[in-house]
Amino acid sequence: MHEQSISQMLDALDRKEYSCEELITHHVDRIHQLDEQLNTFITHTAEQAVTRARVLDTARAKGEAPPLAGIPIAHKDIFCTEGVKTSAGSHMLDNFTSPYDATVVEKLQAVGAISLGKTNMDEFAMGSSNENSYYGAVKNPWSETAVPGGSSGGSAAAVAARLCAAATGTDTGGSIRQPASMCGITGLKPTYGRVSRWGMIAYASSLDQAGTLTRSAEDAAILLNVMAGYDPKDSTSLFMDVPDYTQALNKPIDGLRIGVCQEYFGQGLDPDIESGIQLALKMFESAGAVISDVTIPASQHAIPAYYVIAPAEASANLSRYDGVRFGYRCESPADLADLYQRSRNEGFGTEVKQRIMVGSFALSAGYYDAYYRKAQQIRRLIKDDFLAAFKKVDLIIGPTTPTPAFKIGEKSEDQISMYLQDIYTITSNLAGLPAGSFPVGFSQGLPFGVQIIGNYLDEARILNLAHRLQLETDWHKMSPEEFS
Amino acid sequence: MPRADWEVVIGLEIHVQLLTQSKIFSGASTRFGADPNTQACAIDLGLPGVLPVVNEEVYKRAVTFGLGVGANINTRSVFDRKNYFYPDLPKGYQITQLSDPIVEGGEVEIPLADATKIIRITRAHLEEDAGKSLHEDFHGQTGIDLNRAGTPLLEIVSEPDMRSSAEAVAYAKYIHQLVTYLKVSDGEMSQGSLRCDANVSIRQFGDNELGTRTETKNVNSFRFLERAIEYEIERQIGVLESGGTVNQQTLLFDPDRGETRPMRSKETSRDYRYFPEPDLLPVEIDQAFIEAIRQNMPELAPQKARRFAEEYQLSDEDARSLSADSHLADYYEKVVGVGKDSKLAANWVRVELLGQLNRKNIDISETPVDAKELGYLIARIKDGSISGKIAKTVFEALWEGEAESAESFIEANGLVQVSDSSELQPLIDSIIQNNPKQVEQFKAGKTKLMDFFVGQVMKETQGKANPKQVNELLNKKLG
Repeated sequence: MHEQSISQMLDALDRKEYSCEELITHHVDRIHQLDEQLNTFITHTAEQAVTRARVLDTARAKGEAPPLAGIPIAHKDIFCTEGVKTSAGSHMLDNFTSPYDATVVEKLQAVGAISLGKTNMDEFAMGSSNENSYYGAVKNPWSETAVPGGSSGGSAAAVAARLCAAATGTDTGGSIRQPASMCGITGLKPTYGRVSRWGMIAYASSLDQAGTLTRSAEDAAILLNVMAGYDPKDSTSLFMDVPDYTQALNKPIDGLRIGVCQEYFGQGLDPDIESGIQLALKMFESAGAVISDVTIPASQHAIPAYYVIAPAEASANLSRYDGVRFGYRCESPADLADLYQRSRNEGFGTEVKQRIMVGSFALSAGYYDAYYRKAQQIRRLIKDDFLAAFKKVDLIIGPTTPTPAFKIGEKSEDQISMYLQDIYTITSNLAGLPAGSFPVGFSQGLPFGVQIIGNYLDEARILNLAHRLQLETDWHKMSPEEFS
Repeated sequence: MPRADWEVVIGLEIHVQLLTQSKIFSGASTRFGADPNTQACAIDLGLPGVLPVVNEEVYKRAVTFGLGVGANINTRSVFDRKNYFYPDLPKGYQITQLSDPIVEGGEVEIPLADATKIIRITRAHLEEDAGKSLHEDFHGQTGIDLNRAGTPLLEIVSEPDMRSSAEAVAYAKYIHQLVTYLKVSDGEMSQGSLRCDANVSIRQFGDNELGTRTETKNVNSFRFLERAIEYEIERQIGVLESGGTVNQQTLLFDPDRGETRPMRSKETSRDYRYFPEPDLLPVEIDQAFIEAIRQNMPELAPQKARRFAEEYQLSDEDARSLSADSHLADYYEKVVGVGKDSKLAANWVRVELLGQLNRKNIDISETPVDAKELGYLIARIKDGSISGKIAKTVFEALWEGEAESAESFIEANGLVQVSDSSELQPLIDSIIQNNPKQVEQFKAGKTKLMDFFVGQVMKETQGKANPKQVNELLNKKLG
């Protein structure tokens, strides 16, 4: 049951091979048996899930089941869920129960998807290894000594371990694609504004984008059909029609122009990953795609620009966690300054505090022009480079990460090397472009993905090419032995 | 050095609460006076995951104001975050407009005692209000009421063009009149709908450089504004004349002690770390949006005063007084419409109606005497069917709610003036007959006695006789 894709599950439910309740109970049992070692969930909602499954079984019997009725999913704990703890992986929100649902949560619930719980993550989505969680590190299902990537590490590991069919995630600098690559699954970050941010706890507002962690491009298309669309509650969401993403999956790729991003194949790239990408390119070429080189020169400045813009926005976004109205409050504060200082010092983890300080500095008087304004200019250059490239090609391809999953603890002392994890993913966030990671091989026994970047709102084309890859290869079907 | 040697330089920042149903970035109500925290939704509380959405009405109000002062309306304006920590600021930043405000430039011509003066407007930008900290009711603790958090404000910044507290007050009053006229704000100062920050500096006449300024924040009445500025001028002169220097600082005016005092340093000299609000896109408005508002712009007070003077042949003083408040002006025009005598109407509205309203401290919008009724009275005075004196009786009855309408009251009480000579003649004859002594004296030259005869007629008719008619008839008989 748990090895099936979403469409296979929907077929089986239709044919009454099993009920929603059986499907949900099966996954709930797996979580109980297997999650202790992985730590992918912060909060379980098994009871609500089973109750909901029964309701949907009744609806199905009457022929009134919504389209995704019974599909077991999980939400990254950054999405607000009414009546359920929403922690963002932080001590600060350990006591916070949201009074409302995020738009993404509401939409998936409306089509009958059933959430099994809230997944672990780096605190406030700041991290690339899931080690920055108040709730402890998440383990990679492929190797318990390896990280699953981050910040959507819990969601990626849960999907890879077949604890749920799919999960939501958020991607600010690579937080969907990098863990998807490291856990051997499909991760899609849509165009900035394609999916509503209402109810998604903000890290860096101009970069944050909700997306999917699934086992296939087809499943990603099914979920994106539900999640995408304009939301009047989010002024930055795009007022554009949503195509049926499943329609484009099987289009021939004959004549499709694929660009290979030169900047993505430099020093530091794992040779196995490089050859895996080359194999995928050969496959696309033999299917009729036209391969050429493209270049995004400004991408060399992407990491410094990102580590100014994201912390700057975060420094303001995280000001509301002050111990006054909700969240963690220190014991017996002496006065207002003490309340602020201790609540924030005790409530936030080290990485979060570091980024708040960096961001506050970058915005302070006298430094704004040198840092924040400059970073925004770089952002513009990166966008222009991509737009120029997309005049020549339809999609751009490169690796998702420089290496496969590293060991837990390996990089926690070396921040620069941790930040370099995002070197290939950050550019599409800065430009606001859609991008996905799709499994294409293994290095040292650990999976890795190929990254496909599309033009604005061209998610369908990304999924079309990825689906082609997944028709011709089985990388996405492989599951870690212990969890198959 | 005498005070006359010092030149005073004043600029005002006026925060105006915009008249909208809901808040600037959320759907919560802006109604004043609700129980604490009952009008604060998830967005106003700054809960995790919430996002602001700009209320279009707020933009309409801001554009209306901009057009009212002849400013540039920026078709692209940008919201920024102003970062600081305070318990009544839920998000830890205020959303405001720093470098791309909606309104830039413009000017107003303010009336002074014997002239007018142009005051230039630097800019007007939109922002959200903070909540309220309540220090009194909670022993050793502070209560936070977030009902006001997110209320839309327009901050109107003037150039340092004012040279005295009187000019500053005249400017503030003008802005108050303007925003209420334009229905941009309800202008309720007691509810904090208009609050002034006064930037004050002094320099010796002839100096080109401005002196160091202080900013006195949150003054919420015209009287306090005048006192705060006066106090600050005297204080700065004192400092400079005793060889000291004025420190650039933020002050609060304490109306009880009549003095300004510095805010705690913690509350000032912050680095606000402004940056563009990433949750809101730059707001683009098109010319059609601006034109639609321009088409519906109400007539402003100075234009209206000019029109009243011309169209209704009023004195400048009458015209200005009647146009100062848009409700009063509307009322007056309704009275004229029915009464058809603009001067009589001006007199009645200013003397009788405003006199009563002021005595009872009632706003024109709550007057118990309907404009149509007053207009009817004026029409009847004009056609001679009632006297001014009777009219006052009717007006009083209307004011007290004793009359359903002027017409029915006049009729029911038989107050219609007698100007029919066939009815008056026998009465006059009998009075002359009954007062031979007075008739003799009158004929001997004591013409003052005419008042006596008229008084007798009025007494007999209970004041209903037309005095003009009575005079004529008496003159004929006695002359």
